[in-house]
Amino acid sequence: MLLLMTILTGILYTLLITGIAQLFFPTKANGSFIQNIGSELIGQKFVSDKYFWSRPSAINYNPLPSGGTNYSMTSKKLRDTTFSIENNFASKNMIYNKSEIPNEMIFSSASGLDPHISVQAAKLQIKRIAKARNIDETKIQEIITKLKEPRQFFVLGEERINVLLLNLSLDKISK
Amino acid sequence: MKTFDVIQIVLFFGALIVLTPILGKYMAKVFSGDFSDQLSKSYWNPIRYFRLFEKIIYKICGIKPNELMNWKSYTISLLVFNFIGFLFLFFLQLIQKWLPANPQHLGNVEVALSFNTAASFVTNTNWQSYAGETTLSYLVQMLGLTVQNFLSAATGITVILALIRGLKNKTTNDLGNFWADLTRSIIYVLIPLSIILAVMLVSQGVVQTFDNYTTVNTLEGAKQTIAVGPAASQIAIKMLGTNGGGFFNANSAHPFENPTPFTNFLEMFALLIIPMALTYTFGKMIGSVKQGWTIFIAMFILCIVGFAIMLYSEYSNNPVLQHAGIMEGKETRFGIMNSVLFANITTDVSCGAVNCMHSSLTPMSGMIATINMMLGEIVFGGVGAGMYGMLIFVILTVFIAGLMVGRTPEYLGKKIEAKEVKMAIVAVLAPNFVILAFTAIAVMIPAGLSSILNTGPHGFTEILYAFTSAAANNGSAFAGLNANTNFYNIMLGIGMIIGRFAIIIPVMAIAGSLSAKKIVPQSSGTFKTDSGLFIGLLIAVILIVGALTHFPALSLGSIIEHFLMLSGKTF
Repeated sequence: MLLLMTILTGILYTLLITGIAQLFFPTKANGSFIQNIGSELIGQKFVSDKYFWSRPSAINYNPLPSGGTNYSMTSKKLRDTTFSIENNFASKNMIYNKSEIPNEMIFSSASGLDPHISVQAAKLQIKRIAKARNIDETKIQEIITKLKEPRQFFVLGEERINVLLLNLSLDKISK
Repeated sequence: MKTFDVIQIVLFFGALIVLTPILGKYMAKVFSGDFSDQLSKSYWNPIRYFRLFEKIIYKICGIKPNELMNWKSYTISLLVFNFIGFLFLFFLQLIQKWLPANPQHLGNVEVALSFNTAASFVTNTNWQSYAGETTLSYLVQMLGLTVQNFLSAATGITVILALIRGLKNKTTNDLGNFWADLTRSIIYVLIPLSIILAVMLVSQGVVQTFDNYTTVNTLEGAKQTIAVGPAASQIAIKMLGTNGGGFFNANSAHPFENPTPFTNFLEMFALLIIPMALTYTFGKMIGSVKQGWTIFIAMFILCIVGFAIMLYSEYSNNPVLQHAGIMEGKETRFGIMNSVLFANITTDVSCGAVNCMHSSLTPMSGMIATINMMLGEIVFGGVGAGMYGMLIFVILTVFIAGLMVGRTPEYLGKKIEAKEVKMAIVAVLAPNFVILAFTAIAVMIPAGLSSILNTGPHGFTEILYAFTSAAANNGSAFAGLNANTNFYNIMLGIGMIIGRFAIIIPVMAIAGSLSAKKIVPQSSGTFKTDSGLFIGLLIAVILIVGALTHFPALSLGSIIEHFLMLSGKTF
C-alpha cells in the first residue's frame, strides 16, 4: 500500500504536474529567468546610485537558503538597523521628510528575496537616479508608470513595482 | 485598515462559505461509498476514472472495502501504516547522497534531523528544522515529503470518518475499512484538487522543474545562485492537506512558492477549504446538516475574532520602532492584511505554511497565533484532525452541560459516559502537557536556551511557540529559534508524535465505545446541540480549557512583551 501510494503520489503525480507545467508554462515553470541576469521573481541587491534599490534583505539576496531576520518587535538590533537604513535612504535620496519613506524600504522582507517595492518607494528614488545617470526625471517617471503593477484582478494584494524590471528598462534608455 | 482590505476579506470568506457545502456534499458521497458502487457511464465524468483507480488499488493491495473493522483493528492498521511511512522517510534521508534526483549533490541528512523531519511529516506537522533548498534532494522532496503530505492528510480524514460512523452506528463494532477510507480520500479528494491547484500555481510562476539550481550574474555583476525544483506539485498538497512544510526555507513567502497575490489567495483558500467542508460532510453523514453548520459557526467565530485582534495590533503604532503597519518579515506583494490573514488561518488550521515571518509579528498578533494552536487546532484545524479535535470539545461541552442540569449527557442520541469523558480528557491534556512540560525543560537547560535569537520575553515565546507548534501539529515557527540542534530535533519530534497519536488513539477509543451504544430517542429533556446557546457554551469551554491552561505561560512571553513594547523598551 505504501509502495503503491509512493509511486502514485510521489512519482506519477509529480511527473504529471511537471509534464503539464513544462508543456504549457515552460518559462514560468523553470523560474521566470531573464537571460542570464536573474529571475523576474527573485529580487537582487542594488547599491549603485544608478539603480533603483530593492528592500533590505536578511540574507543579502543570496537565496541559499531564503529567509527573514526574525527579529522581534522589541529587538534593539532591529531598531538600530532600521534607523540607520532610514537615515541612509533619506540622505542618499535627498528626502527631508522621513515619514514619506514607505515602510517596506526600511524593513526586511520575509523571504529576503522580495522582488518588489511600492510605487511610492520607486518615486522617491527618481531624483538620485536622474542625477547619477544625468538624464531627465520625467523619463524615469515614464518607466515607473509603465511598469507599475496594479492589484491583481483589481482587488488582490497590493500595488507594486518590480525592481529588476525597472533597472533593466533604465539600462535601456541610458548606459 | 484600507477599503481594499475589507473587499478582499469579504471575497475570501465569501468564496469559502459558498464552496463549503459543495465540497462537503461531494466528500460525504465519496466516504459513504456512493461512488464506488455505482458505475458512471459518461466518459467525461472524472468520477469514472477515480473509481477505476480505486478498484485497481484494491486489487493490487488485496483490500476488501466491505470488510469492516472494529476500532482496535482500524487503529492498529493506522498506526502500523504510519510507522512504516515514518521508517521509510527516516531512512530515505539518511541515504539521499547515494540516490538519484539530487542534482545539487546534497549530503546525507543527520540522524536527529532525519528523525525530526520524518516525525514532522508523518504527523501532519511539517515543522521545518531543515532548509528545503540546502538540505533535501528532489528525490526526498518527492518520495518522502510529497507522499507523506498526502498520507498524513488522508490519515486525518480516516479518523474523523471512524468517529462519524461511531456516532451514527447502532450497537455494532464496525467503523469502516481503514484502507478503503485512506484510498478514497486520496483518489477522490486530495489528488484531483492538488492537480487543479498545482497547475494554477505554475501558471502564475511557481517553479516545477528537475533542473539544477541556476547561477546568474546580477545586473550589478554579483553572482546569485537561484534554487528551483519540483515545487508546485508539493505546494499544492502542502496547502490542501494542511501540511505546511515548504519546498524552500522561506515557505510561502518565497517568490517561487507564492509569486503573486492570486497564488496567495489560492493558497489561503486551499488551506481552509477541506477542513471547512468537512464540517458539512460531518453534518451530512450523521444525518443533520444543521449540526455541521453549528460547529462551522463556532469555528468561524473563533477564527474571525482572532483575525480582528491581529489586524488591529498590526496596524497600531509600535513605540519602539515608531511605525505602524510594520513590514518587517512581510512581502510587498501581499501587504499587511494578506500577511496577517495568512498568519491567522495557518495557525487556526494546523497548516503551518507562512507567508510572513511570525517572529516579526507584533506581540499581540504573535500571541493570537500561539493561542490558535494552543486551543488544540480546532478552529477548522487540520484535515480531519480539526474536526475530531472539535468533537472532543463537543463531548466535554455536553458533559459539562449535563452536570449543570444533573442529567446523563448525550450527543446525537449517544450517551456520553465515564469512558468517553476520560478519553476526551486524555486527548485534551496530552498536547498541553507537551507544550508546558517541554517548554519548562527547555528553559532550564543550556541546550534549550542557546538556540534563542531574540532576548527578553520574545526569546521565551520562541521556545513556547516551537513546542506549541509541535504539539498542535502545526509546524509554523518563530524562526529566530535555531531548532536544528539535537536537543530540539529530538524533543520536538517526540512532541509531534505525542501531539498526534495521543489524540488519535483516544478518539478511536471513543469512536469504538460510541459505536457499540444504542441511539436514544430525543425527548424534551435533550440538550439541543444545534442551537445558538450550544455554540456559546462550546466556545466558552474551548476558551476556558485551552486559553486558561496557558495564561501563565503567555503572560511571561507575549503579554509582557506587549506592555514593554508600549513603554518603548528594547532587548
